[in-house]
Amino acid sequence: MYFTTDTATSPNAKIPEGDLKDKWSNFKDQARLISPGNRQKYHILVVGTGLSGASAAASLAELGYQVSTFCFQDSPRRAHSVAAQGGVNAMKNYKNDGDSIYRMFYDTLKGGDFRAREANVYRLAECSSHLIDQAVAQGVPFAREYSGYLANRSFGGVQVSRTFYARGQTGQQLLLGAYQAMMRQVHLGKIRSYTRHEMLDLVTENGLARGIIVRNMDTGAISRHAADAVVLATGGFGKIFYLSTLAMGCNGSAIWRAHKKGAWAACPSWTQIHPTCLPQAGNYQSKLTLMSESLRNDGRIWVPRNKNENRKAVEVPEEDRDYYLERKYPSYGNLAPRDIASRAAKERIDAGYGVGPLKNAVYLDFKDAISKHGKGTIVKRYGNLFNMYEKITGINAYEQPMMISPAAHFSMGGLWVDYELSTNIPGLYAIGEANFSDHGANRLGANSLLQACVDGYYILPQTLPQFLAQQGKANQPDSDSEAFFLAEQQVRSRLEGLCAINGNKTADHFHRELGKILYDKCGLSRSAKGLTAAIEAIRMLKKTFYEELKIPSVLNGINEELEKAGRVADYLEISELMCVDALSREESCGAHFREEYQTPDGEARRNDSEYSYISCWKNSGDIPVLIREPLHFEFTKPTERSYK
Amino acid sequence: MNFKLKIWRQDNAQAAGKLVDYEVENISADTSFLEMLDQLNETLILRGENPISFDYDCREGICGQCCLFINGRAHGPLAHTSTCQLHMRSFRESETIYVEPFRAGPFPVKKDLKIDRKPLDEIIASGGYVSVNTGQAPEANATLIDSDTVEQAFDAASCIGCGACVAACKNGSAALFTAAKISHLFRLPQGKIEHKQRVKNMVKTMDKLGFGACSNTGACEVECPQGISISHIALMNREYFKKSP
Ligand SMILES: Cc1cc2nc3c(=O)[nH]c(=O)nc-3n(C[C@H](O)[C@H](O)[C@H](O)COP(=O)(O)OP(=O)(O)OC[C@H]3O[C@@H](n4cnc5c(N)ncnc54)[C@H](O)[C@@H]3O)c2cc1C
Repeated sequence: MYFTTDTATSPNAKIPEGDLKDKWSNFKDQARLISPGNRQKYHILVVGTGLSGASAAASLAELGYQVSTFCFQDSPRRAHSVAAQGGVNAMKNYKNDGDSIYRMFYDTLKGGDFRAREANVYRLAECSSHLIDQAVAQGVPFAREYSGYLANRSFGGVQVSRTFYARGQTGQQLLLGAYQAMMRQVHLGKIRSYTRHEMLDLVTENGLARGIIVRNMDTGAISRHAADAVVLATGGFGKIFYLSTLAMGCNGSAIWRAHKKGAWAACPSWTQIHPTCLPQAGNYQSKLTLMSESLRNDGRIWVPRNKNENRKAVEVPEEDRDYYLERKYPSYGNLAPRDIASRAAKERIDAGYGVGPLKNAVYLDFKDAISKHGKGTIVKRYGNLFNMYEKITGINAYEQPMMISPAAHFSMGGLWVDYELSTNIPGLYAIGEANFSDHGANRLGANSLLQACVDGYYILPQTLPQFLAQQGKANQPDSDSEAFFLAEQQVRSRLEGLCAINGNKTADHFHRELGKILYDKCGLSRSAKGLTAAIEAIRMLKKTFYEELKIPSVLNGINEELEKAGRVADYLEISELMCVDALSREESCGAHFREEYQTPDGEARRNDSEYSYISCWKNSGDIPVLIREPLHFEFTKPTERSYK
Repeated sequence: MNFKLKIWRQDNAQAAGKLVDYEVENISADTSFLEMLDQLNETLILRGENPISFDYDCREGICGQCCLFINGRAHGPLAHTSTCQLHMRSFRESETIYVEPFRAGPFPVKKDLKIDRKPLDEIIASGGYVSVNTGQAPEANATLIDSDTVEQAFDAASCIGCGACVAACKNGSAALFTAAKISHLFRLPQGKIEHKQRVKNMVKTMDKLGFGACSNTGACEVECPQGISISHIALMNREYFKKSP
């Protein structure tokens, strides 16, 4: 038995009353506020300074709260939001192509295979328009038409153009906007920014979140931080697959520590595997670089029709090419949603039609786009991506097709949060990719920069004060309390324990092994057999980790291996819960594809009568406990998701 | 491929450092420079030696965290390339490669190849923003901006904050970094209003933090992974002196 079920607890998502389009206004109308003069008395910790954390910290500080921020990079500007290329969605309907808040809401809900809350998703679409205004006001140089108006492109899974972009560096520019807003508050003394500080534990007292324990990664000093509320904005944990599009330092430790202190994890196995990444080329590769999905606007994906094709790509004539996405999904073609595009690629690769030296890739071809629009246009649209491709592979993609393959990319799962972005631990919030919220079982491209920003700029600053107002200042957090003392002790002994193992394998070794297990068994397709095998393999790996790990025994000072080992230790536990989560869900939905549950033509078969719920996992210290939050579709009717 | 490496080792900010010799063997030409160092580190760790500390995060050329001085050049031999995007195919078989930290007075070495670049954040904090609070913004298309202007602003805004410009400069000047932000915001209507104050404050902060003066050698532009032009420095100087009494 890998889990137990608790049917007595029913999560309260705190969805406001009213019609779908009135819910957020109703919340704001009734939310309790804190008077401007009192706000400075409240101290809020924001862990993570990516788009969600930086925007939340800046917005809360602008309101007058005292904020401390933490990040592991040496500057807040380096959070992995910086790497997002393609764009950010917003409902402006500048194209007059039929877009509306409802359509954006519906596209997102459908894209997520009806495994998200209607109210949350509607609010995301509702707040999207204003984000573009905010970013432009900050100086974000979004692409413009010759006329000076903002430009749009379209992204996978939708039939309108609602994606705003800043060359291939949308995440960088949005993050710089948020970072600059944050640095302005640092300058004004409203934010204290702790860089190179890693959160190693959450401190709770009487069921409330009271603060965190952090390690200064330069000196090794462990310190305690107490506050009125803690916000986790620590990003996604897709790096658990080792090879992924995430940064080397991305991790799941902050949310996992919170989970171990009682916060529920929601649908942790829902991972987006991105279809357009550079294929793995060797054993020591440390990451898989993403090639923006926007390339699918003009690039056509194909594999050879014949298994033993050994001509160069450019020499393969049209009749010997299989444009499989166009063939299988004629109405969306190359713009099919990510889960579908990735799975289709895997299907072709597994069937023996893969290309490249390791036969692990498919072609993404710009030949037709270049002859239709001219090379100049393609250079203008994607020049930096083509350059990047050439830098990494040494191949000129104007002359030969790119080779791409799927890679782990985004965590739809994360900490469970209610409509107010509060976890089930009062005083602990989770925003951005760290939470489970709006994307359901599959995120649409360009929706997560949006979600990170909307959480940070618009939602949290409205919802968190509600909690502060209820709490008042009677019960001050105190970092000298027993709870802080114990949490610090535990952190210290965990670090000492890792240093003391003194085996013969590096942390990266275990991370790579774990990545292989997960990608094989809990990646693009899953089965009960594979998942149970994976759980056993992970348990074995965890055992050898604690026997054979070797890291330098340096506690006071810089020790990257200690940082890595701590993250891998947590990954070894998160991965097991991911497999249990995938095992417990006996249906296919979005990115979660169970081989046992598919239609005759190989598409995901959802099971609404039994699985229309969010899986919330409670840590019991032993076997994970499943709590179900049923999903109610009051305003839409879940349909079969078809992109044919 | 095989390489001889001479790598800067330094225990901490106070300690004296020195170049230490290492050899790596059987490295595939498609390995990135940082992955080559990863492999060296795995060997060192397993031998019980202290691995080499160096900075990195995204490994796709955009976070600006990686910062190695390779064979006397910031980010190594290729133009417009950050260290993480450099591959071993850019070096000769059996070449001796010198690996040092970015050096500049305001960037003290923390350990080995890791440096402290906080001063760059301080320059931004002193004025590198538009003072707009969340919620204040008007409709985005209310102010049209011609696409050439946006492209010029973008060229400046693309800075990744790695500090190569400072490391490449014989004076240790942060003029390109500072000017890029000033120029980005100056070119856009949203950034114009606070412009005078911004120039004054950012230049003052840059000087106060101990960065050197710009003497127009152009080394920064050559080493900038984003290819940001020194013409932004001219703009900064012009605007700065326009304002000064
Ligand atoms: C390569 C790539 C391309 C993408 N492209 C797009 C796109 O085009 N459009 C789109 O909408 N989305 C895109 N995404 C997704 C999107 O970028 C992310 O979901 C989003 O930016 C996440 O923002 P965040 O604020 O939640 O987290 P992040 O930006 O990842 O920030 C996490 C922060 O948490 C800190 N942190 C983490 N752990 C700890 C700890 N233990 N202690 C202290 N600090 C910690 C980090 O230092 C960092 O500051 C892309 C993602 C990737 C990887």
